[in-house]
Amino acid sequence: MLQSIIFIIVTVAAFYFAGRNFLKIRRNILLGKDVPDASTSVDAGQRWRNVLLIAFGQKKMFARPIAAIMHFFIYGAFLLTQIELLEILVDGFTGSHRVFSGALGGFYTFLISFIEIMSVLAFVATVVFLARRNLLRLPRFHKAEMKGWPTKDANLILLGEILLLTGIFSMNGADTVLQGMGAEHYPQAGPFAVSSYLGPALFGGMSEGALVAIERFGWWLHALTVFGFMVYLAYSKHLHIFLAFPNTYFARTNSRGEMENMPDIQREVASMMNPEAAPTEAQPEGELSFGANDVTKLRWQDLLAAYTCTECGRCTSVCPANITGKKLSPRKIMMDVRDRCEEVGRTMDAQKSATPIDDGKSLFDYITREEIHACTTCNACVEACPVLINPLDIILQLRRHEILMESAGPSDWLPLFNSLENSQAAWAVSTERDAWKHF
Amino acid sequence: MNIKTMAELAAEGRTPEVLFWVGCAGSFDDRAQRVTVAFAKLLQQAGVEFGILGQEEACTGDPARRAGNEFLFQMLAQQNVAMLNMYEVKRIVTACPHCFNTLKNDYPALGGNYEVVHHTQFLQQLLAEGRLKVEGGSFKGKKITYHDSCYLGRANGEYEAPRSVLQALEADLVEMKRCRTNGLCCGAGGAQMWKEDEPGEKRINMERTEEALATGAEIVAVNCPFCMTMMSDGVKAKEQQERVMVFDLAELILNNKVS
Repeated sequence: MLQSIIFIIVTVAAFYFAGRNFLKIRRNILLGKDVPDASTSVDAGQRWRNVLLIAFGQKKMFARPIAAIMHFFIYGAFLLTQIELLEILVDGFTGSHRVFSGALGGFYTFLISFIEIMSVLAFVATVVFLARRNLLRLPRFHKAEMKGWPTKDANLILLGEILLLTGIFSMNGADTVLQGMGAEHYPQAGPFAVSSYLGPALFGGMSEGALVAIERFGWWLHALTVFGFMVYLAYSKHLHIFLAFPNTYFARTNSRGEMENMPDIQREVASMMNPEAAPTEAQPEGELSFGANDVTKLRWQDLLAAYTCTECGRCTSVCPANITGKKLSPRKIMMDVRDRCEEVGRTMDAQKSATPIDDGKSLFDYITREEIHACTTCNACVEACPVLINPLDIILQLRRHEILMESAGPSDWLPLFNSLENSQAAWAVSTERDAWKHF
Repeated sequence: MNIKTMAELAAEGRTPEVLFWVGCAGSFDDRAQRVTVAFAKLLQQAGVEFGILGQEEACTGDPARRAGNEFLFQMLAQQNVAMLNMYEVKRIVTACPHCFNTLKNDYPALGGNYEVVHHTQFLQQLLAEGRLKVEGGSFKGKKITYHDSCYLGRANGEYEAPRSVLQALEADLVEMKRCRTNGLCCGAGGAQMWKEDEPGEKRINMERTEEALATGAEIVAVNCPFCMTMMSDGVKAKEQQERVMVFDLAELILNNKVS
């Protein structure tokens, strides 16, 4: 009874804090612009295919098969464990024990066994991932932007996974032994694939009291790790477990080579070139702003992408600029956008404001000019992202702001612009365009 | 060469099968001009009736748009769209993947809708249809490595057409470690062609050239005038220009025939 009351309090608190965090994230994402992009085809079929194949089916993960299989173990275990979690919630609230076992019978044994096998595989994967980060020190996990919190965050999540698995096997292992003893309150749920061996091996011969204590410890550890994780998620890079789904849905489906058109400038130039045919429609009100120097000027889909990023660094590891030692790292672009979102959100919270407050800062306080100037627009980062994040879109929006709003940018580009403007050619040359005909 | 402009063809009341979009590099860059000539010769040999815009062609605006200068892009693009629509152009072929991409993907939003093909796709088609025949065999068994350009490859998903053209040469195609979707950029895209690399450990074209040289190939085949410049510069910087040549696919087909 007391356990149930404590459990209810803890559960409500966890859902309250997690819910509050998620609402803030939602608000931060919606700080972005809602641009109805005419050039983006709104093909719902293609979008759902992306969700199914790329988020649910992890298709793009398999560009690196070993990491993909390891990740799939953890992902599969995570999905399946939700069934067990549901049971934990019901048991916790009502004081029952393995409430599904009675109703499901043999299928319950199969289900828990399946979860156990996936959990063993997830354990292996977690150990491999920890080793890869901390012993093998894969370069992409140790780039400049990963110093400090991002590295700690990644390790904490992996350690959390180990806690969770420890909980599951303590709980199921002790339970198996208790079932064998015919202990009261422990229904015969059948032999579980792993615990029927692991349980007796670890806990065989212990007293009933000790076994109940271990079983309860495992059960609470499992529940508390999950709740802790729920609240922690908002501060971590791990939101991709939820956001990968909306992000793959909202990712652009048009050609990668296409750059978003700017209808305001299109109209302006059209009327300049042909004043008589100038459109009569009213100019948009308010201050014109081109490109983006802050998160409020990016599309909300870009901000969703920033919160979706799990900092795996596949983008950065294939970026030609980064490979050759330049400061640009596509992953850092995404991390910076998220950090800036958080900062804007925090200022709003502090001032109890419903709209963003001018704090005199911008995205350029996070992302340097050098970084955006180093991009070759080669789409390698876009190709590499397993959850369809597009760092290139953001880089190009920043470039647009720099050129159109600040008249700044690399000085090397001035001769290019002058030549394009004066002779409609990328190089200022005196020869005729079709001089080659006479070769 | 006797090549007619769209204006001349229009005056004769003729509509060519395809417009050859030459592009700034193909028009003005010494090395790229030779590719332009090679491709034009191939078109003539295949009996393709084509026209060029000549003086009426303007830069597609690709470097301006990707540098962030949308005003300049719109000025160039709208001028081009007006011109192309005036000549009722339906089909465009170009030897530059940047022009190809902009014409194909950026112009529809401005009212410019054309069937745009890259010259490697066009060559593949001509070979498949038998309009162009590969005779001779100067490259038979020669080690050739192929460098995917970003704007033909990742931006537009074309990896096979250029490779099938190389196959027609019966050359020994050796792939670099990073190829197709993983192909490494030459370093020139996104208007980098017109600026120095940002500070770093090495230039991007050197990284790519080292990879190309590591294949042991005698020829680096490219499909883009910018890649051509970057890879040629890289080979020269490595002092390998005596051993390794950088060619566009069109040149390979043409040279294979003449020898």
